[in-house]
Amino acid sequence: MSLDQIFFYFFGGIAILGAVLTVTRRNPVHSAVFLITALLATAGIFLLQRAEFLFAAQIILYVGGIMVLFIFVIMLVDIDVALRRVQFTRQRWVALLLALVLGAQVALALWMGRAGFRLPPARPASTEGNTELIGRVLFQSYMLPFEIASILLLVALVGAVMMAKRKT
Amino acid sequence: MAENRTTGFPNVDATVLGADEIILNMGPQHPSTHGVLRVKLRLDGERITGSECIIGYLHRGVEKIAEHRSYQQFAPYVDRMDYVAAVSNGLGYCEAIEKLLAVEAPPRARVVRTILTELQRIASHLVWLGTHALDIGALTPLFYCFREREEILKIYEKYCGARLTTHAFRIGGLQYETYDGFEQEVKRFCDDFDRRIDEYEALLTTNRIWLERTKGIGILTAEEAIDFGATGPILRASGVKWDIRKALPYAAYDQYDFEIPTGKTGDTYDRYLVRVEEMRQSRRICLQAIENIPTGPIMAKVGKVLKPAPGEVYHSIEAPKGELGYYVVSDGTIQPYRVRVRPPSFINLCAFDKMVRGHLVADVVAIIGTLDIVLGEVDR
Amino acid sequence: MIQDLIQFMLRHLWPLVFGVVIVAVLPLLAGYVVLMERKVMADMQARLGPMRVGPHGLLQPIADAVKLLMKEDITPDKADRWIFWLAPLISVTAAMAAYAAVPFGPVFQVADLNVGLLFITAVMSMGIFGIILGGWSSNSHYSLLGALRSSAQVISYETAVGFAIVSGLLLAGTLSMQKIVQAQAEQQVWFIFLAPVGFFLYLVGSIAETNRAPFDLPEAESELVAGYMTEYSGFRWAIYFLGEYAAMIMVSSIAVTLFLGGWMRPFPNVSWLGFLDFLPAVVTLGVAGYCFWRAPRQPVQIQKVVMALFGAGVLLVAGVLGWAASLPETMTERGGILGAFWFLLKVFSYIYGFMWVRFTFPRFRFDQLMRLGWHILIPLSIVNVVGIGTALVLAKQMHWPRWSAISLTTAVTLLIAAWLVHLELERTSPASGGAEA
Repeated sequence: MSLDQIFFYFFGGIAILGAVLTVTRRNPVHSAVFLITALLATAGIFLLQRAEFLFAAQIILYVGGIMVLFIFVIMLVDIDVALRRVQFTRQRWVALLLALVLGAQVALALWMGRAGFRLPPARPASTEGNTELIGRVLFQSYMLPFEIASILLLVALVGAVMMAKRKT
Repeated sequence: MAENRTTGFPNVDATVLGADEIILNMGPQHPSTHGVLRVKLRLDGERITGSECIIGYLHRGVEKIAEHRSYQQFAPYVDRMDYVAAVSNGLGYCEAIEKLLAVEAPPRARVVRTILTELQRIASHLVWLGTHALDIGALTPLFYCFREREEILKIYEKYCGARLTTHAFRIGGLQYETYDGFEQEVKRFCDDFDRRIDEYEALLTTNRIWLERTKGIGILTAEEAIDFGATGPILRASGVKWDIRKALPYAAYDQYDFEIPTGKTGDTYDRYLVRVEEMRQSRRICLQAIENIPTGPIMAKVGKVLKPAPGEVYHSIEAPKGELGYYVVSDGTIQPYRVRVRPPSFINLCAFDKMVRGHLVADVVAIIGTLDIVLGEVDR
Repeated sequence: MIQDLIQFMLRHLWPLVFGVVIVAVLPLLAGYVVLMERKVMADMQARLGPMRVGPHGLLQPIADAVKLLMKEDITPDKADRWIFWLAPLISVTAAMAAYAAVPFGPVFQVADLNVGLLFITAVMSMGIFGIILGGWSSNSHYSLLGALRSSAQVISYETAVGFAIVSGLLLAGTLSMQKIVQAQAEQQVWFIFLAPVGFFLYLVGSIAETNRAPFDLPEAESELVAGYMTEYSGFRWAIYFLGEYAAMIMVSSIAVTLFLGGWMRPFPNVSWLGFLDFLPAVVTLGVAGYCFWRAPRQPVQIQKVVMALFGAGVLLVAGVLGWAASLPETMTERGGILGAFWFLLKVFSYIYGFMWVRFTFPRFRFDQLMRLGWHILIPLSIVNVVGIGTALVLAKQMHWPRWSAISLTTAVTLLIAAWLVHLELERTSPASGGAEA
């Protein structure tokens, strides 16, 4: 067992544990904290794959931005416990069916193993850092989609602010 | 909405809250209320829509006590009202009784009284400046102000033995002759003090953050100030040029040359400027006074037992906080029939509700600070 | 597998040692930064500060730590026990973990990541959870509001700080902390001179990030909100405090590395100023001399002994610094030891600047604070990045001389800054105090 494998199982285990605990807690703030651990473990797996920029971006944006937003909403909104329970009851059969189908697909992929996939030949690891690579791709080859995505985000942001302001 | 009988303002009562409003209580014990003042605020989100000041936590029945003490025995009690500016309280009381007795303190006593009272004005304004700046977040001016105040308190201690509750004056004049070196020490203090005020102004007057925290906060127009009966720096900052030292001179003020600073808009920043300028003018009066202290007796001819003829008198002075008045009714005995104090802090505090509406909660502290109240005077 | 692990440890022995040293020394260092703050505060307020516990108060942090350890540990009645326990830990872990990428010298660094600066930013942004969860788990309405305000302030200023860092990065061309310092050596100028607006934005933003005055309304305004730390007592509070001061040292380290030349001495490439290498030894020798001179004058016997011991310790450090300066230039120990001294000197100067600002200015009101961040600092930081980028394009691709390009874009940025401030003043001045837009 190489060191890489040890770290992978470590991060992977935490990710799975965090995910399971997220959906099983009663207290929404506890769920949020476990979701943060799961996201951090995922960032760790990114780091194992030599994708340092994704590791940092995952933490800054996902954990430091989106999860903060989640927690703000959880703390400021008065969640009615009864309302939550009612929702859960109505959709659980559809959810169960979908979960079973997804589980079956994942089990099939695991059973087929590596041979079941047609992967392109592995590219040699680049000498450039992950950040430089992403920067080069994003700002040279895929500049237009990048700008369109950023405009989309800007529209969403402005729209959210407009809607919030109108209420007051 | 239920109205408060005495103030006429809507009561801050839990039963009459609007849909989104909450009540916030700034309890009697609070670092920033300068004493035991309880303030109930009605908030809509962050904005204040109503307020109520609940006082009385420091009520000691001073005016009732006056009815059971002789005139001289009551003199130390008045120091405890506005304990930050005890000498001014003493001056007002002694002059009121002198008016009742129809005696006048000798010229030397009047001049020394003026010097000590102006030093007390500076000391009181120094406390105000240090604590007001501290409430708004400037940690340093407090220590500088108290360093200067220390010099003044040393002068008082050498003169009459006490720093805070001085009982410096007696009915008819002074008890103690000024000590050796009194003029030199006062002169040294005054020479140094101009530079010190410049230090405080350098820290605050043009500071962007100070301006944002004080400009436009707690505006009181001239008509409102007069309607409320506000006096002192608050009235002058609203634009009304009224100072009892010029309008109805007492002690030796008519001999000296000084200006009355006034403001324009009546906001917190103007009150700050007015009080800082008052400190400079007080220094000016002191310098003029110590040039030329007349020689002569320090006590007028009053008997050991004071029995003024039946009658009443109202005498007011310009205390650091505002117009401090004493209404004394005598029934011919050695104890007054009634001593009613016109407390400037209490009457200025009545303007609090008007000043605070529409502001944010963080401004409450600035507004209480700018009113410069002392609870000892508000409650007596 | 055990063999693998041992091989791994041996290969990374020095970084491991450095890591242990950082984690062990940092609480002590943070404690002495607290003492420094109290002494600097006292100096600016015309008084002396702690003088009793140890000579000149030098043992005060140790006394405070012991006292806090012995205090009763109170947990509020209905508080969420698990998160109440976790919140201070998140705060301090985020602050400490970021030290892995800080270069205290050319050698003294736990890990020279090639995304070092990004890593530090990422880990520091985790610290927000310490604040939010701490305020929430206290089960107090005012703690929660204070925590939400505090964290809203931090995330607002994070954008401005991030853009200010980007402006420095554009000049360095790399995210690796060591290479940023080397870039400043190669370009023979500290980046503060190339990006002064960026440095200023970073300075203001870092004061707001660490919740220090004049941006400390969420923690210091005791009339509405006593802050997220209210319900924490004893050692839990000490951990929060430690996290706050560790974060302060952290943002100073980033500023020093990115803008102030990192661990290099002033004018590193000018060889005739080589005698400056002996300056650390001379300065510490002076401090040791002062300790020995003052030792007999201490009022109490034990303080004399402590002062003499302290002087001996400083003398030892002076000796090490002198020995390092006398080594030939090429040896890494020389650069390592001297570099650590210059780095710490610069970091403490930056922190002294923090303290100076704290004791001079009044506090911002919360809405004024947010307005400053969103209306002035963020637009200005974006303009600054565009300016520096334009300057680099002009210099590298249109072959302008570098200084003219930078001066031009800095002038334009300053003009836009003046315009932004003017707009903001116009927006708030006609309205009375309570009715700002």
